[in-house]
Amino acid sequence: MSDLTGKTAIITGASRGIGAEIAKRFAQAGANVVVNYSGSQQKAEAVVEAINENGGKAIAVKANVADADAVKAMVDETMTTFGTVDILVNNAGITRDNLMMRMKDDEWDDVINTNLKGVFVCTKAVTRQMMKQRSGRIVNIASIVGVMGNAGQANYVASKAGVIGLTKTTARELASRGITANAVAPGFITTDMTDQLNEDIQKTMMSQIPLGRFGKPEEVAKAALFLASDEASYMTGQTLHLDGGMVM
Amino acid sequence: MATVLERVTKVIVDRLGVEENEVKLEASFTGDLGADSLDVVELVMELEDEFDMEISDEDAEGMSTVGDAVSYIEKKQA
Ligand SMILES: NC(=O)c1ccc[n+]([C@@H]2O[C@H](COP(=O)([O-])OP(=O)(O)OC[C@H]3O[C@@H](n4cnc5c(N)ncnc54)[C@H](OP(=O)(O)O)[C@@H]3O)[C@@H](O)[C@H]2O)c1
Repeated sequence: MSDLTGKTAIITGASRGIGAEIAKRFAQAGANVVVNYSGSQQKAEAVVEAINENGGKAIAVKANVADADAVKAMVDETMTTFGTVDILVNNAGITRDNLMMRMKDDEWDDVINTNLKGVFVCTKAVTRQMMKQRSGRIVNIASIVGVMGNAGQANYVASKAGVIGLTKTTARELASRGITANAVAPGFITTDMTDQLNEDIQKTMMSQIPLGRFGKPEEVAKAALFLASDEASYMTGQTLHLDGGMVM
Repeated sequence: MATVLERVTKVIVDRLGVEENEVKLEASFTGDLGADSLDVVELVMELEDEFDMEISDEDAEGMSTVGDAVSYIEKKQA
């Protein structure tokens, strides 16, 4: 089993869905966890409580991932509370779906800001500490649509393809300092994000999944745990597809 | 109390693994001292810690030699 004892992990967007599951798994594996959120304070605190009840250590920190000052404050608070930052999971993400012909500039900007700029801002903010430590793990939650494209999600697909490219550059820039960067590209995972989709879209999606079912947040969390642990020590710049076989 | 030059020299020797006598005022980090661009970023970070000051990215970009760093720090401390 992957062990994170004594490590400190910042998980962005950990109040709900996949991020909440990653936070719980990492805490189970022994990590101190920073549960980041942007609006859902109560949900973030519930995640922290669940972790504490299981004997883990966690704090909830509000910060918009695209806001460099707020992110810096989050990293500072992490350092004061836990003394290190060993792992960053860039998980926060949003969708604002529309056909390209109908897509508003706002919809484009919001998604690129949170999903792509957010990864840049958070990565930059932890790099200083990780470089000093000569070790670190960065795990980016991309999406399989960033690899295959998806009608109606121009903004989201561009942001996720961007994250995959950013992952490779981060891996190359920081490899000499003992820092690895990898991505996970989930397919269709059952969370609030996918519950919004109408039945027709869900059916069409299902027909493209060889394993014949949607994924669960804990299945993404397990892959993130592997990438954040010592077991993935010789892997960097890669994107793991967790999509029931949609893309091969 | 060590001078600014002595303290800067120590940081450079530790970080870049060069000999103390190579660290001359006119020596450039990347040309003479064998630093790559990431080393320079780290060097600036360590100077910030050593002298307990913030060095903005723009200011850091203007520092290419040991002398640049020393005079920048002396000016900021004055
Ligand atoms: N579900 C899927 O099928 C699927 C597939 C592929 C990839 N993904 C990716 O997996 C990640 C998690 O998705 P999910 O399905 O778990 O989504 P979700 O249930 O909608 O949760 C999104 C999380 O991101 C946070 N967040 C949103 N904007 C933020 C910001 N600006 N700053 C900080 N936090 C922010 C939210 O915090 P608040 O609660 O405070 O708003 C929430 O915790 C996303 O990157 C998504 O693109 C999901």
